Amino acid sequence: MSLVTPEAFVLGMSALGAAIVMIGILGIGIGQGFAAGKAVEGVARQPEAQGDILKTMLVGQAVAETTGIFAFIVSIVLLFANPFISML
Amino acid sequence: MHLGPRIIYSIGGINITETVLYSLIVSAVMIAFAFISTRKMRRIPKGSQAFAEWIVESIYNLVGNTMGKENIRFAPYIGTLFIFLILGNSLGLYEQRPVTADLNTTFALAGITFVLIHYNAIRSQTLKGYIKHLSSPYPFMLPINLVGELAFPLSLSFRLFGNITGGVIIMALLFGGLEGITEGMEVTIPFLLIGIPLPANFFFDIFEAGLQAFIFTMLTMVFISNGIIKHEHH
Repeated sequence: MSLVTPEAFVLGMSALGAAIVMIGILGIGIGQGFAAGKAVEGVARQPEAQGDILKTMLVGQAVAETTGIFAFIVSIVLLFANPFISML
Repeated sequence: MHLGPRIIYSIGGINITETVLYSLIVSAVMIAFAFISTRKMRRIPKGSQAFAEWIVESIYNLVGNTMGKENIRFAPYIGTLFIFLILGNSLGLYEQRPVTADLNTTFALAGITFVLIHYNAIRSQTLKGYIKHLSSPYPFMLPINLVGELAFPLSLSFRLFGNITGGVIIMALLFGGLEGITEGMEVTIPFLLIGIPLPANFFFDIFEAGLQAFIFTMLTMVFISNGIIKHEHH
């Protein structure tokens, strides 16, 4: 006789996994902040190139964001479309 | 909590979901605007004609600056994509599910981008040059390059989908939480919903919608013109 049912254990561990996956967001925060800081430096040096710098910065940040988005999707799948429940 | 798009109607085995309906509505709005603003055209534009001319002009400028004047023929597709994405992303303003919070939509759009990239790359550098480019710098790198090329539409579609879906989830949590607080105070009218979600609405449905639409079109433009430009250097 176990205290925790298998369903509850799987659900709890999935929630924990979803939370741990989101640690990947840490890297994005650092990366995007770094890009934004460098863009500010660029604009301070050359204010007339502000439009181009902004465009390049946004595209670069979007590409840097990809890994975090993958982590986020794994987290959503674990929370809302859990593949492990059907395996029980 | 129900996350996927609701099925409104199903014919045979084909489900008409919210996504399908709203994307058709967005397309109809775009077509209607284009139709209305090109009736009774004047030499000096006024009203909706002036607005439509401003949109077309700025999109042609953007495409010309990003892809170069020789690739200006992509401007109609890029412009349509941009306006569709802006309108589709900001459907949260009308309390509806955004069109792009569904992987089917974003993956279809990324698939079009993928086909455009490789069709134009093959057309501009011939099949032999294209394979040679794929197997650079060394022939044994071909599988790795192929995986890299195939990962691009995946990351493009997941980026848009993830951003918009994240916004949808946070908005749902915010609305649910505010309703819960008013229920806890035993007030039947959820008065906390007035004004408080406004900054979140502004961020997720206006700022994020425009930004993600811009990024999707920008990456499409950059990668299409990359495939074409590479030919001229080799």
